[in-house]
Amino acid sequence: MLLIRCPYCEEERPELEFRNAGEAHIARSANMAGESDHDFEKFFFIRSNPKGIIYERWRHVHGCARFFNAVRDTVTDKFVMTYKAGEPKPSKLPGVTK
Amino acid sequence: MKKYSVFAIAREAMRGHKGWEEQWSSPEPKKEYDVIIVGAGGHGLATAYYLATVHGITNVAVLEKGWLGGGNTGRNTTIIRSNYLYDESAGIYDHALKLWDGLSQELNYNVMYSARGVMMLAHNVHDIQVLKRHVHANRLNGIDNEWLTPEQAKEFCPPLNTSKDARYPVVGAALQRRGGTARHDAVAWGYARGASSRGVHIIQNCEVTGVKRAANGAVTGVDTTRGFIGAKKVGVVAAGHSSVIMNMAGVRMPLESYPLQALVSEPIKPVVPCVVMSNTVHAYISQSDKGELVIGAGTDQYVSYSQTGGLHILQHTLDAICEMFPIFTRMKMLRSWGGIVDVTPDRSPILAKTPVSGLYVNCGWGTGGFKATPGSGHVFAHTIAKDDPHPINAPFTIERFRTGRLIDEAAAAAVAH
Repeated sequence: MLLIRCPYCEEERPELEFRNAGEAHIARSANMAGESDHDFEKFFFIRSNPKGIIYERWRHVHGCARFFNAVRDTVTDKFVMTYKAGEPKPSKLPGVTK
Repeated sequence: MKKYSVFAIAREAMRGHKGWEEQWSSPEPKKEYDVIIVGAGGHGLATAYYLATVHGITNVAVLEKGWLGGGNTGRNTTIIRSNYLYDESAGIYDHALKLWDGLSQELNYNVMYSARGVMMLAHNVHDIQVLKRHVHANRLNGIDNEWLTPEQAKEFCPPLNTSKDARYPVVGAALQRRGGTARHDAVAWGYARGASSRGVHIIQNCEVTGVKRAANGAVTGVDTTRGFIGAKKVGVVAAGHSSVIMNMAGVRMPLESYPLQALVSEPIKPVVPCVVMSNTVHAYISQSDKGELVIGAGTDQYVSYSQTGGLHILQHTLDAICEMFPIFTRMKMLRSWGGIVDVTPDRSPILAKTPVSGLYVNCGWGTGGFKATPGSGHVFAHTIAKDDPHPINAPFTIERFRTGRLIDEAAAAAVAH
């Protein structure tokens, strides 16, 4: 079971308190009806599914109930960091060389 | 290839078993092949086998980063069934089921296909409605599936707890008698032997690190840990790593990879005569011929390539097993493991040509690909050989996520996920 640090509660809590909410930083179009099929597919279905560093959303559903973002290595399942929703995608990651 | 038979056993018994030959050869990779298959699991090896036997294409290499059958082929719970809801799914899974019947004879290799029946339990009114809908849809498609009362379910699987006092009482069940299990390793080994004997090169410990394309975009071959290998046609059959390989060719996929866990108990005498699955309490169980109970758990909730998964997922499944079979409460579990499954948004596979000329993909089998192995290999070989899909896999395109023509098989694993 993963230990996840909620950036709002500022605590590491067991995975059972959280729900994964998929890849982060996928912007929803302001004009969804005007999206082309190609762009809608990209938004709705296509995922980066990286082997390595992933940016993903979590929700502290059995805690503060808020959404936040996390950076995790999908090979080791180790978290690099978590940060609050709305904060920009971190350009430099602590402890990650590439 | 020397044929396996009772006479071969007698002959070898007479001469100290010195005449058995290797089941497949391990050649050095050539510079160029007609077709390269990426991934020597069941689906990849079956593809190579049918390329050779049905289409006469034998200048084929199957590249495997680890060892043959060491991925999800060796990690699944070996369940075979074709009771899927939609016509497209029924078509491909029943195509596979028909090939399972007779596969041991065709391969001259005992894959131990055992049509012992797959029974899916209903615990509430909603389950009854869903399963009866499946029964009727299946029968319209010519697939056997029948409704059982709790008493009939108990008769078919005596250790099942059908007490009305159970927390989730069994109120009925759907039974596909042709469903069952097979020996997963033997499937990979049998196809490997059959393909190798027809000239297919199976190259293990050879990881694909890049997909090379010409100026016009067409595939020219792959970079590997053993150097560049050329081919005008490349079929990607890499399960949980399919999107990683496809990214090398510049194709982003509608896939996410999750850990899926399974476990086996200590071996015991025969007690579970069939496969039992329950969507509502989320568990499935069968007994291997060695006597181990084979139990499948659910996927973890996050993308991962770690081949592990959380212990609480196993615990949840064992809670359900103990609910269904109270006699197993004190059973010891022997081993557990994880595999990485590639899941599509509609839970149906992708077997198709891709936007890249000469690149084909067979992926997205998610939590239930083993049962489809022969059918998947058969139609994927057709797709590669003819550069055109077989009618059975024609609906399973990549483009369906753009056009919206999904095959929304929420029942793909018969369990919620």
